Amino acid sequence: MKILVCISKTPDTTAKIAFTDNNTKFNEAGVQFIINPYDEWYALVRALELKETIGADVHLVTVGGADCDPIIRKALALGGDEAFRINADSADSFYIASQIAAHAREKQYDIIFTGKETIDYNGSGIGGMVAELLDLPYVSIAAKFDLNGTVATVNREIEGGEETCEVSLPVVVSCQKGMAEARIPNMRGIMAARTKPLTVVDPVAADTLTSVVSFELPPAKAGVKLISPDNVDELVKLLHEEAKVI
Amino acid sequence: MSILIFADQAQGKIKKAALEAVQYGAKVAAQLGTTATALVLGPVDAAELSALGNYGAQKVLHAADARLHEVESIVYTKVISEAAEKEGSQVIIFPHNFDGKAVAPRVAARLKAGLVAGAISYPDTSNGFVVKKNVFSGKAFAHVNITSDKKIIAIIPNTFALTPGTGTATVEPFSPAIQDSDFKVKVVKTETVSGDVPLTEAEIVVSGGRGMKGPENWGILEDLAKALGAATASSRPVADAGWRPHHEHVGQTGLTVRPNLYVAIGISGAIQHLAGVNGSKVIVVINKDPEAPFFKAADYGIVGDAFEVVPKLTAAVQKLKQS
Repeated sequence: MKILVCISKTPDTTAKIAFTDNNTKFNEAGVQFIINPYDEWYALVRALELKETIGADVHLVTVGGADCDPIIRKALALGGDEAFRINADSADSFYIASQIAAHAREKQYDIIFTGKETIDYNGSGIGGMVAELLDLPYVSIAAKFDLNGTVATVNREIEGGEETCEVSLPVVVSCQKGMAEARIPNMRGIMAARTKPLTVVDPVAADTLTSVVSFELPPAKAGVKLISPDNVDELVKLLHEEAKVI
Repeated sequence: MSILIFADQAQGKIKKAALEAVQYGAKVAAQLGTTATALVLGPVDAAELSALGNYGAQKVLHAADARLHEVESIVYTKVISEAAEKEGSQVIIFPHNFDGKAVAPRVAARLKAGLVAGAISYPDTSNGFVVKKNVFSGKAFAHVNITSDKKIIAIIPNTFALTPGTGTATVEPFSPAIQDSDFKVKVVKTETVSGDVPLTEAEIVVSGGRGMKGPENWGILEDLAKALGAATASSRPVADAGWRPHHEHVGQTGLTVRPNLYVAIGISGAIQHLAGVNGSKVIVVINKDPEAPFFKAADYGIVGDAFEVVPKLTAAVQKLKQS
């Protein structure tokens, strides 16, 4: 069994969001970077659980520069066996998916896990694009993944509910909450990660179909209008007449 | 050259997010001087189909094949691509809901179409084809230029308010070339929470946090939600503690919602929670701690005990609805 987990470097969830260079670049000053939570907590940990229960080689792949190496080492410390960093810098989902697909085509994985989206670009496109480029089935936004031989039972979220699906491997799955419980790397894992292979790979030629022109911060709120707890009728009146939302 | 809109259905009913996508697609079509064609997959009532004219579709392609009842991303991608080719569509619109997220990226890769997922504006074609989207989980926006010939926009539900008119759409049956062997992912069980408003489509959301003290106290929150016709949601600690199902978790690592009204009860307003709700048009915060950070992001606030305030609020809402 070979599992590929796609990981991405994102700012920490509490990072202050600000931009520089005339609002064209994310301001990285003072920002701590982490593994995208969906990639780490759900995709990677579920892969590690499968490794522990049925045995599997867990490979990691990320598309990015050398500044991604610390988060790759952390993923190795959590239990990944081998990592590949495709040395390219791009925010375009199709370009990134093309790189991952080229790597996966060569290595032939049984399962490819991604997070359901990154918490910075919120594209939610990599899993589906990789699946299409490799002509593999895709289950998106999965909350549960179990294996019975080469058939996977996957729960995916739908509007107001959940669907249970069956699919034969190989498959691409994007993961969300429910898949697994977050883990913390232990000292042995951290030590072992130092010597695990991290291969830097040159990117393949691929098209870039989108580009970010500029960023913008939402306008600040005007300030809260406080209403006395003894006067809820006033709140209902404001919501009805002023805000017109009820 | 028509704009193609993927209008998804559930249990034979066109979703509200799909209607928003049709209306959005029709506006883009008018902007680009072309027409809007909605694509509906799976069995749906004829009345539902022609009603898409009210949202600006000139034509509805309907593939009634019963096998298309549920989303299979490989099959849906083939069908949508075939429809796009038939219509000569350079621009395809999706709702950015669960179905859209399952299918739009695949179609984008197949057609080599640049994808803006999570769009909140109409395209600006004055200099390229630029669409504004949510980034950093709603803490900022990006203006993204689609540079490829083919373009896909997936719009966030509840962003573009529905303003139905009285148009008529021609319904045309569509028989795409699909085989049984194309269906790789088989749905074996569907569980829906019946009677409830789906959270991502809800216009009003009533959400509870740790201040609710335990799952047994959710009754007052559900009563308020019922009075308002709202969906219920929760903060992450509540979902983690198992007080409420995880699909109700709103925030950076849960769902992003953009209702007209978000009522937060007993939620302190951590930055990760705010990320999931700050697209809401109006935010009401009820918290006994006047220092709760949520008040800074709120439009209206009540500093008070939820167990006293919420039942009174429910009664006041009921009174308004009856008047």
